[in-house]
Amino acid sequence: MALTRKTRRMYFIGLGLLGLFGGAALMLSAFQDNLVFFRSPSEIAANRPSPTQRLRIGGLVEVGSIAKTGENVTFSVTDNEHVLKVSYKGILPDLFKEGQGVVAEGTMGADGVFAAREVLAKHDENYMPREVADALKKSGHWQEGGAPAKE
Amino acid sequence: MHKYANPTEFMRIANAVLPWAAGVTVICFMVGLPLALIASPADYQQGEAYRIMYIHVPSAWMGLMVYSIMAGGSAGFLIWRHPIAHLVARASAPLGAIFTALCLVTGMLWGQPMWGTFWVWDARLTSMLMLFFLYLGYLALGEAFEDPERGDKAAAVLALVGTVNLPIIHFSVEWWNTLHQPSIFTMKGMTISADMIWPLFAMVFAFMGYYVCILVLRLRSEILNAKIRNARSARAAQPMSATTTAATQGAP
Amino acid sequence: MIDHLIHMGGYAAYVWPAYGLATVCIVGLYVTTRRTLKAREQEFERLKRERREGP
Repeated sequence: MALTRKTRRMYFIGLGLLGLFGGAALMLSAFQDNLVFFRSPSEIAANRPSPTQRLRIGGLVEVGSIAKTGENVTFSVTDNEHVLKVSYKGILPDLFKEGQGVVAEGTMGADGVFAAREVLAKHDENYMPREVADALKKSGHWQEGGAPAKE
Repeated sequence: MHKYANPTEFMRIANAVLPWAAGVTVICFMVGLPLALIASPADYQQGEAYRIMYIHVPSAWMGLMVYSIMAGGSAGFLIWRHPIAHLVARASAPLGAIFTALCLVTGMLWGQPMWGTFWVWDARLTSMLMLFFLYLGYLALGEAFEDPERGDKAAAVLALVGTVNLPIIHFSVEWWNTLHQPSIFTMKGMTISADMIWPLFAMVFAFMGYYVCILVLRLRSEILNAKIRNARSARAAQPMSATTTAATQGAP
Repeated sequence: MIDHLIHMGGYAAYVWPAYGLATVCIVGLYVTTRRTLKAREQEFERLKRERREGP
């Protein structure tokens, strides 16, 4: 039995979409590295970028690491495995604080300190009233900052 | 299914749905807006700024949902030549484009005070911008050809090709690290407290109701447009002999 | 309470434009859709009338 035109069109579109999705999946996995928005301190420790390379790093602001002198600020970014020192001069976003997710763009200095040109705050997907957050902290069920630096 | 391929039958149902959809829209906005702006508590980390979420998240969901409907309608049009499927896709496109634009702009207004920037080229923001361009491409292609049939087909093909972007948008925050937060729906449940989720759902239903209302009005409008075109070409053909009719039909 | 609502915890410059823009989009698309529909309804009625009256 010959295929009707409708069935033929259906197969044609189905196969076309299958090819398209397959191709897209292959391309995305091939360019995986380029699609990463920021690198974690562990990745920086494993593979130190050159001082001329502009890149973004991300993680949590380590508790107790923020030091401000005038407009200059230094802090440490951690992914709970490695810690990276960051220096920055300028205005920080409202959400920037200890334990908060952060993404910084800049260059890796020869001294091992990341010189940030821009600092962005990253918030997690938890939304709750302040009282609930305080109660969670009090009862010890609090997980600081979620996990902004994945893998 | 072929019963609903008849525009008159389909519009009978659509017109019956319209007052209900309008009711849902009005009630949900009347409940949702005061909840979103006043009754819901401020967020522990973002304060009052998080209230942009009640516009941003429904717009984003609608942008994705309307695109899925548009792609489904385009498939129905390309495979079965289903006239209503095509009209639904065509009438949905401007709605989806506006929802996506609203999502992008409210995202900028939210990102500036919270992240410290209104735009970054991370996977989520970039793929959402792609969605907006896909809508614009669909709308432009539909008008780009002299022969409307060819334009409709080209637009439908683009709509189908663009579906590849939908899983990318959804999973972008899981596959790659982004500045954008991950979804509030996780394996362990929702990461948003109950007195914030209900206002959000109210706003989502309001947006959905609004979509249905405008869709029905636009479908009416599209069907009328087709009737007007037919009436005009019939009138243009009337005084002439049968042999010249075919030649004049393509003329605007 | 009204002050609190207007002030939006210092984020009024971001929150209110977001809601304002949403209102403009939602009302604007409704109005243009309605206007096109009315124009086409009138045009269709006119064509029907002309056909009935004949050339």
